[in-house]
Amino acid sequence: MADNTNSNEKQLYYRKKHKEEMKHHILTFAMMIAFTLIAFGLVIAEVSALFTIPIILVLAAVQVLFQLYYFMHMNQEGHEMPALMIYSGIFAALLTVLALATIVWW
Amino acid sequence: MADDMLKSDNLPQNPERASLEGRNKFMGFWFFLGGETVLFASLFGTYLALRNSPAEGPTASEIFGLELVFIMTIVLLTSSLTSVYAMYHMKNGDFKKMQLWLGITVALGFTFLGFEIYEFYHYVHGYHFGYTTSAFSSAFYTLVGFHGGHVAFGLAWIISLMIRNAKRGINLYNAPKFYIASLYWHFIDVVWVFIFTVVYLMGKVG
Repeated sequence: MADNTNSNEKQLYYRKKHKEEMKHHILTFAMMIAFTLIAFGLVIAEVSALFTIPIILVLAAVQVLFQLYYFMHMNQEGHEMPALMIYSGIFAALLTVLALATIVWW
Repeated sequence: MADDMLKSDNLPQNPERASLEGRNKFMGFWFFLGGETVLFASLFGTYLALRNSPAEGPTASEIFGLELVFIMTIVLLTSSLTSVYAMYHMKNGDFKKMQLWLGITVALGFTFLGFEIYEFYHYVHGYHFGYTTSAFSSAFYTLVGFHGGHVAFGLAWIISLMIRNAKRGINLYNAPKFYIASLYWHFIDVVWVFIFTVVYLMGKVG
């Protein structure tokens, strides 16, 4: 019986913790919507390309980091290996884009 | 004891990583996502190199309509949130609510796919913008179509999981499966963020 009470308390604690996490997720979602609106807004308002392109690329990168760290839980413990994998992937991806966009198809 | 652990009202924290099999899936899947990143990078790089080669065909700023892309972006972004909700209920051991939110995610995924098919149909029939029209069109359809293929695969995956486990409830055996499918779904949204930015928005800006 004592054991049972203990596990109930634990469960309540975790439920509370999950709720807290869910709040962060909703905040993340609101931010991602905001970033999307800004990016589309800049393009629709026809702000100069030299200004718009870097800004929308940065907005995309930030939005992806939100997605990785909050929606895909990389901010939780035990994600050292996923971080290694995905950052290696991003590193190779940057080299690939750089090479293809600049030299290979030239 | 072992039996108890498998029941949904008595799951450990992070049920997706509580078993060795789950941990292996988790690790292997992130490894796969690293590889997928590079795969999509090669398609993005090709698109960036060829996007200004429309030959005789239409150019990017002529055909892209931002209204549809905006709706598709919001739909996919929302489906990412609903799959977070599904994982939230999984961690609380609430199988029915998890299935409900996965169902909503799937519905949004089909909506997105429907819009994309309409978009491609519109390009081909309204603008004579086919796969072989120009280097730009080939690069465009390969990149965006590959993403659409990922959406279709993700939908098939999530639906199969929902049907196969409909009578099982959540246990340590299937929790990693659901968790990994939801990671895949988020990754699809990650790729889309770059597609709407690099392909559509940059295409409009010029």
